[in-house]
Amino acid sequence: MRRRGHPMPPPGFSLARNLSHVGEETVPEVQEVTVTTTTLERGRVGESTPRSDAIPKVKGEFVFSNDLEAPGMLWGHTLRSPHVHAEIRSIDISAALSAQGVHAVLVSGDVPGGETYGLEFSDQPVLASDRVRYFGEPVAIVGAESAEDARRAAELIRVDYAPLEPVLDPERATEQESLHHDRPTAGHGYVDDARPNVVRSIVIRHGHPDTEGDVSVSGVYEVASQDQAFLGTESGLAVPDGEGGVDIYVATQWLHVDRDQIAPCLALRPEQVRVHLAGVGGAFGGREDLSIQIHAALLALHTGRPVKMAYGREESFTGHVHRHPAKIWAEHRATRTGRLVSVRVRILLDGGAYASSSAAVLANACCFAAGPYRVDNVLIEGTCVYTNNPPCGAMRGFGAVQGCFAYEAQMDRLATALDIDPIELRLLNALEPGDTLPTGQRIAGSLPVAEVIRRCAELAPPEPEELPRDPIRLPGGTGNTTRGEGVRRGTGFAVGIKNICFSEGFDDYTSARVRLFERMPGVLAAEVQCAATEVGQGVTDVIAQVARMELETDDVVVTVPTTARVGSAGSTSASRMTWMAAGAVRLACRDALKERVRTGGDVDVERVYRHPPTSPLDPETGQVLGERSHVAFACAAMKVVAEVDVDLGLTRLVWIGIAQDVGRALNPLAIHGQIEGGTTQGIGLALMEEIQTKGGLITNASFTDYLIPTTLDVPPIDAVLVEDPEPDAPYGIKGVGEPPTVVSTAAIVSALRDATGRELARVPVRPDDIIGL
Amino acid sequence: MRIDVRVNGEQLAADIWPGESLLFTLRERLGLSGSKNACEQGECGSCSVLFDGRLVCSCLVLAAQADGHDVVTVEGLGEGDALHPVQQSFVDAGAVQCGFCTPGFVVATADLLARNPSPSEDEIREALSGNLCRCTGYQKIVEAVKMAAERA
Amino acid sequence: MRAEHPAALVIRGGTDVMVELNFDRSRPDAILDLGEVGELGGWSREDGVLRLGAGLTYAAAETGELAAALPALAEASRTVGSPQIRNRGTIGGNLGTASPAGDALPPLLVEEADVELASVRGVRRLPVREFLVGPKRSALAEDELIVAVVVRPSGAPQTFMKVGPRNAMVISVCSLAVAVDRERGEVRASFGSAGPVTGFVRVSLDAARGLPGVVMEASSPIDDVRGTAAYRRHALGVLARRAVERCLAA
Repeated sequence: MRRRGHPMPPPGFSLARNLSHVGEETVPEVQEVTVTTTTLERGRVGESTPRSDAIPKVKGEFVFSNDLEAPGMLWGHTLRSPHVHAEIRSIDISAALSAQGVHAVLVSGDVPGGETYGLEFSDQPVLASDRVRYFGEPVAIVGAESAEDARRAAELIRVDYAPLEPVLDPERATEQESLHHDRPTAGHGYVDDARPNVVRSIVIRHGHPDTEGDVSVSGVYEVASQDQAFLGTESGLAVPDGEGGVDIYVATQWLHVDRDQIAPCLALRPEQVRVHLAGVGGAFGGREDLSIQIHAALLALHTGRPVKMAYGREESFTGHVHRHPAKIWAEHRATRTGRLVSVRVRILLDGGAYASSSAAVLANACCFAAGPYRVDNVLIEGTCVYTNNPPCGAMRGFGAVQGCFAYEAQMDRLATALDIDPIELRLLNALEPGDTLPTGQRIAGSLPVAEVIRRCAELAPPEPEELPRDPIRLPGGTGNTTRGEGVRRGTGFAVGIKNICFSEGFDDYTSARVRLFERMPGVLAAEVQCAATEVGQGVTDVIAQVARMELETDDVVVTVPTTARVGSAGSTSASRMTWMAAGAVRLACRDALKERVRTGGDVDVERVYRHPPTSPLDPETGQVLGERSHVAFACAAMKVVAEVDVDLGLTRLVWIGIAQDVGRALNPLAIHGQIEGGTTQGIGLALMEEIQTKGGLITNASFTDYLIPTTLDVPPIDAVLVEDPEPDAPYGIKGVGEPPTVVSTAAIVSALRDATGRELARVPVRPDDIIGL
Repeated sequence: MRIDVRVNGEQLAADIWPGESLLFTLRERLGLSGSKNACEQGECGSCSVLFDGRLVCSCLVLAAQADGHDVVTVEGLGEGDALHPVQQSFVDAGAVQCGFCTPGFVVATADLLARNPSPSEDEIREALSGNLCRCTGYQKIVEAVKMAAERA
Repeated sequence: MRAEHPAALVIRGGTDVMVELNFDRSRPDAILDLGEVGELGGWSREDGVLRLGAGLTYAAAETGELAAALPALAEASRTVGSPQIRNRGTIGGNLGTASPAGDALPPLLVEEADVELASVRGVRRLPVREFLVGPKRSALAEDELIVAVVVRPSGAPQTFMKVGPRNAMVISVCSLAVAVDRERGEVRASFGSAGPVTGFVRVSLDAARGLPGVVMEASSPIDDVRGTAAYRRHALGVLARRAVERCLAA
């Protein structure tokens, strides 16, 4: 009963696959599969339809990138730097080459095309040549008969390293030797900051930031580095096509941007590199950067065999970008009645060794540094630096998380200083459409901050529970550490804001292609192609739902996302994909129907959908150069009840209530799932998650010591969906993935402060911090 | 070396390396890729199977130890194409997002309900505390378990 | 067989050993699987003395008669790993690994249990306290296997507490078992993850309220990824105070 894994599981099905193995040839023919969604009911906006891929997933039949297999395949493994910063003097691969089962050992000299790649700046080597800049940087790759053979061979590679002085303290990075002498991020319309190791500097100045108020509160806040910790580790399969090109099946977030980085490194034309989506086991930003793609393709093209690569958990931690650790200095001034007068913030982000999407993360952190509040006078100064710490990039929330932790702590400080109720203070200053952001952008669309605050404030937490209780209903859980002694209850409240879609003039678009035909006479059938990556959030079903609505037919097939058949859909990130995919599919369906009427026959129509354009920010003032630098916004307010054992510093979350601004709820069940999941990641950052490093080495690269919340760490979550349609969005929908993550860490720590009276200016909060050690 | 294992009711043989885990054997030798590898050290539960009727992490069972024993994986829960009631309730409750943790949860839930047909929410959460999920926040998973218990 | 293969890696539940194998940290030439050795499983009672097979799992120790006889061990078992781990992890394995973080160890120490070791040379017993020699080092000879834990339950009110950074699946930041033994007029305490081996102290019953200070003084915690020395020491003091209250009230 041998089952082969197959590339790219289409949404929802049992596998109707034929993987033909042609005689003695080692190149397998991997066929594309298209599948029908005929088991689905026609969905409408507001209907909670179950996911079409749920059945294969519960059966264990859904094929993740980790499950892929092809006849004749080899396994690839990456040799990574054990040093944080070092020169590479020489690499001797001879022993590895003659090891058991080895077919190839490749180093940077074997990269046929461009040596570097990168999401925004091409500063990251495919394989390190003269220097390594972080612990775990890829140095060589091995292709062998088994994963075990590849690993053992990699151990035989002799690299002669000469360690260099590392840059580890982000506060001193600009005073030290530059890690990237060629300054890859200079001249991109950013302020010219010529100090060493600056990825980007931003200044946002609005009004008169020196204006005094009646009261001033200040704080210094720290947010540690968080990991996306998606369960399905980095993996995929590269299959050479026998004509110099390659097909890559990989779990990723943006197929076309991957292809556009891969092809130049392989010295291939874009059409020669076809990227297909394989089953994704979660992403949360950690798959925006390349992982195995170029490495597996290099090995595949070199050996002429399919090559599979799959990271273990430790390699996954080391091998992808993390959330930027941040230090934020903030001063808030207000009138005696609570109106914000001036907000001054300085933000420092540690970008680690390579730029990734750091420039955009910094921009987000700065744009929202004052929060969802109206304030006329603002000075925000942000810097992101290069260091030899683990590289940082996109993670759900993308800079807005760090900022929210700081500004909500500040709002609570203000409330205390002014003796005003914290919720009243927020309502008093809440942004609304017509107001202006610190960047000078006038809010033109939907942003119901006051509404989400009110709806959340109305949510009633449960009454305190009596004692005695089973230990799992007390801080410390099954650890049995208290029977009620030392336990204090606290309530916290926070509000957060996030941009929806990309910003600062990025030409973002999504393509969709619709083919209309009749599978049965008189019954319209459609095949929809869209490269939107399904990472678990349910976008494939959004696409199907929109197509069924627009075409008024149940017979809709959504095919495998691939660069081979359709243009770019952009990234599954920035809470943009639902909006953009819906917009593109709606446009393509409507035009396909028109075309069908015009021609009277089958049609195949591809359309490109764009959101309203955005403009960059002025490099000197941070003010928007056009009408808007952000497309749209979403906000969320959260109330948290926590119990804290103040003698041991242990926390039990009792209840969480959230009101989120969703525009329109396309699929409420799916939205609740996003809210619950996003909140849980914020619980992790608040209480337990931190990439720990010592001298730049990651010391907790495992689930033993990098702890994410379990079933016993997450309380019941009551979510209210606030529907205030976004005028610029298809069906009025907004993205929902990030706002809960943006606000939850701040709301939880607010509750801990209420319970303990401690400042708690750093997350994750450690027991030591609660006790005051 | 060769081992003989009863997997999902079928007697199977596999040629294994003595040091490999049961998870490796299931996935790489027996073509049963339903059980997942997310950590390979017993910290996430995504490799959960029933070993002689007991819930275990298959990454922590030496394949050789399975010789002559009984294993049930996620693939063995349903009857042919029909879903096991636990699987159906996961679908209906919206408890599946990326799905990587799902096989482990489904097996753990089937085990829980076989031993305790009407668990309280606390019992559910404790029984599933060895299964990590990064997407759902567990709420709909707990609802799915309650749904399965009620329907039985 | 053990005598013939002293370097063989011994395995039963596999919850510690498999991690070493999966991550290539250990590549033994041979593996000695005790999984089929029936006599190692389960437990029995004779003349008031309990014999716990080395293969007794945490799941088995969590409930029932055994839990009633050794309540601190039952409480500790509930905190180990996850349900999956508890179905496989064994008391014998906890002793064999001899980690100062071993959760079964403090409850066995406060009950002054002995460990029984067997080899071709014969069988011997020694107190668990003497068996645990250093961090991940025990008095087990190369040709020996752990076969059982032997203990006469004291019947004293006892408890086990474990501090971890989240509510499930944690290696202890520190742990403490306490038994308030009125019959013998003493309080026994054993703490984990706060020294190179699981610690043990004994005070007279009238000095019970001073236990926190004694425990804190006896501990020698370090800073590591899971916690700081200062926190561990402080936490042990808090745990000791609460444990004494809990046992005195029982």
